[in-house]
Amino acid sequence: MSELIERAQRILESVKGSEEIEVYLSTGTDTEVQAYQGEIENLSSASTSGIGIRVLRDGSSGAQVGTAWAGSLDDEAIADALREARDNARFATEDEFIAFARPDGVEGAVLELTDDSVLTTALDEKIAMAIELERMVRSGDPRIRQVDSANYSDYVAEAAIVSTTGICASYARSGAYVSVEAIATDGASDQTGWGLSAGRAPRDLDINEAANDAISRATRMLGAVKPPSMKCTAVFDPRSTSTLLAIIGGALSGEAVVYGRSFFANRIGEDVASSLFTLLDDPTDPRHFNASIYDGEGLACRRNVLIEHGQLKAFVYDTVSARRAGTVSTGSAVRGGIAGSPSAGCRALQLEPGDIDQTEIFRRVGNGIFVESLTGVHSGVNPISGDFSVGITGLMIRDGQLAEPVREITVASTLQRMLLDVLYVGSDVEWLPGSAAGQSLAISGIAVSGS
Amino acid sequence: MSDTLVQHDVLQRVLGEALGRGGEFAEVFVEDRTTSSAMLDQSRVEELSSGRDRGAGIRVVVGETTGFAHTADLSEKGLFAAAHAASAVAREGGGGVREIALGALADHSTRARIQPSDVDKAKKIELLRYADDVARSQGSAITQVQVALGDSTRRFLVANSEGVFVADHQVRTRFNISCVASGDVGMQTGYRPIAGTLGFELLTRDAVEQAASGAAHQAITKLDARPAPSGDLPVVLAGGSGGILFHEACGHGLEADAILKNASVYAGKVGQQVASSLVTLVDDGTVAGEWGYLAIDDEGRPGSRNVLIENGILTDYMWDYLRARKEGRVSSGNGRRQSYQHLPMVRMTNTYLLEGDADADEIVAQTPRGVYVAQLGGGQVNTATGDFVFGMTSAFLIEDGKITAPLRDCNLIGNGPEVLQRVDAVATDFSMTPGTCGKDGQSVPVGTGQATMRLTGVTIGGTAS
Repeated sequence: MSELIERAQRILESVKGSEEIEVYLSTGTDTEVQAYQGEIENLSSASTSGIGIRVLRDGSSGAQVGTAWAGSLDDEAIADALREARDNARFATEDEFIAFARPDGVEGAVLELTDDSVLTTALDEKIAMAIELERMVRSGDPRIRQVDSANYSDYVAEAAIVSTTGICASYARSGAYVSVEAIATDGASDQTGWGLSAGRAPRDLDINEAANDAISRATRMLGAVKPPSMKCTAVFDPRSTSTLLAIIGGALSGEAVVYGRSFFANRIGEDVASSLFTLLDDPTDPRHFNASIYDGEGLACRRNVLIEHGQLKAFVYDTVSARRAGTVSTGSAVRGGIAGSPSAGCRALQLEPGDIDQTEIFRRVGNGIFVESLTGVHSGVNPISGDFSVGITGLMIRDGQLAEPVREITVASTLQRMLLDVLYVGSDVEWLPGSAAGQSLAISGIAVSGS
Repeated sequence: MSDTLVQHDVLQRVLGEALGRGGEFAEVFVEDRTTSSAMLDQSRVEELSSGRDRGAGIRVVVGETTGFAHTADLSEKGLFAAAHAASAVAREGGGGVREIALGALADHSTRARIQPSDVDKAKKIELLRYADDVARSQGSAITQVQVALGDSTRRFLVANSEGVFVADHQVRTRFNISCVASGDVGMQTGYRPIAGTLGFELLTRDAVEQAASGAAHQAITKLDARPAPSGDLPVVLAGGSGGILFHEACGHGLEADAILKNASVYAGKVGQQVASSLVTLVDDGTVAGEWGYLAIDDEGRPGSRNVLIENGILTDYMWDYLRARKEGRVSSGNGRRQSYQHLPMVRMTNTYLLEGDADADEIVAQTPRGVYVAQLGGGQVNTATGDFVFGMTSAFLIEDGKITAPLRDCNLIGNGPEVLQRVDAVATDFSMTPGTCGKDGQSVPVGTGQATMRLTGVTIGGTAS
């Protein structure tokens, strides 16, 4: 049994009367290097730990829950948090649907999510990667005039969730990333491009790929113009598609649905998307960066098919939203660290790949717009109404091929319309960090707002 | 503050240790933050949460390199370990332990009248319920109301090898309400925040009532919204809501970290006309009570009022310690960090456009066709190209000089240097709005402000032609 679990179980021993206690403990170590002009600009290293405690009290018309957290595992901090959580519970509304998760018999997937070489790789090697990444971008193309920052970062984290309702889960994970932002110029104006490589450890990283990605994204945007407004087919690149899927995943949260805050509410069984569209949330797929054995309540993660050939099949639930909906948890509780309470959310979305690659999609689309980056997603997408309007940069598609770069434009539609208007799903899946993988995705009827 | 977070002599020894491998500058930032929040959803008090985060961040600067480490262990041993880790960037070694002498602590007292810790939890909940009642009573179309209340008390001290030794006690309180209205053609949302660097006195019943009815009306009004137009149109931004435009269109581009890396369209333009002559833009950490207010920044510099653009001429950038040091000047009080676990960088405080002399109603009356934006959501900018977006969350068409049909949410998109030239009217009805600014993964509270103003043209990212 892990040390964290033992620690958490000792806290459970202070349970009083009929109350229930859930303890979430986490520890982590991370390293971050930023390189600039061949030198280290910033180097930071830290170990963190923290605790989130929830206390549940039973009342005559339901349960009350209270929460507290602390960014330390010393005894005093833990005792304070437990006391505060108990006190906070007294003020919550009694609610028959409030409950902690209980073991449901589903076994956690066997996943290896930690690579110890994160810890054994020498700091100098990590520093060298950031410096080399910057050098490659600077020397990779004469039009690159600046590298804003070249970064290496990694982490190893461990967490345990135990409760008096029988939950006992612990898991560890590691990650390593390099990223770089390049600024290219043609003398008249500048453009930027961003490159990334991610893995479980430094040895998984492809610095070349990150460098080339940043260079090509920055340089091919040079000379970008603002095109006239039009309606056309948009082809989203894998990164943009990943962002889109994450937004759609938000509306598939059982919590949004039971609270009437999703445009998918009451539509199970309906055709909500093109028949090419099959979306699943599968944290048990080890290829996904967000793969996870347990969810935020300590239940086993599982594969959930949400939209199948366009038909809305299911939502993702945590314990409380499932009880409100009269169903059971899908092992989909997510929590934002020690300070966050569990809520229902997608963790590892993937769109079933199509059978054509990006080049073939361009050929079939003929004329349209290729979307390479999205901006203003948090301000321009309303996941409740479905209104969608985001700034983009990209390239025109003419006669089935990429043509001139375009900028300072928005693409707009509604999320409901966009799902139905999916024309092609690419075979080019990229397992990106974040809650969704991505591939090329062509959607028709997009309003492009330009000059 | 009666007790210091870490003792004077310990800080001196830790700074000495941090410079022991040859660093040129060392800083200890100690923070103790207590937060509490309460949330009401579906007319139920769903959750009260309390949190405490305490620790120290230590940085060591050698030439162009910064080493950083943080720890939750505030014992001398814990601080020494962090100091040692941060000093690893001083690779040449040598120097030995340096003697650092700190003077007396300069302590800034809080401006909060009612400390969050003195407010009964029951009283907070009563306020949440009141807001819920007010919002729901605005119309049966209101089907969802979420109300959240939060406060944070942040004690921190900064001690550095140049003798800075200051402490502050920042109290912030926020409240926000989101409403969903349901109609025949779907759902729409309304939102209102109240936030200030103040205690619970910020949340008067009047202020809460206004926010709640405002959010509800916004959602109900949008049920009749039509798709926003697409293409270039004149835009009138209501007072208070448009400050985010300047935050995005030029604020980030005027931060010295982007300038010194030549990664901003405003680099090398001091003294040049970068905006319409109606634009005088100020970043001001001294506006007491505002969300972006600070007595001292997170590097120990006093907050200050800095004129960035005066009558359209770029006058200066915003600076933190490191960037100022490179240029042989002093920081402008813009060094901020999310917490002790983060390195400080150049950040805005309260950024606002000084008011003009036009009449707000006249500006609308003199706009034959355009868009009136009553509330803006967030925004985003690429400082290197100047291209930015910001979202409108409450907007209307202007037809024949009158505000008419409500519009559905969408983004506006523009290029900073171009849009700044297009300001052709600024009114006198100045007000400010609180917001959260994200940069390189760190969030800090900021204020933005302006009076009603007009832009001759901005691209509206709607779907209607």
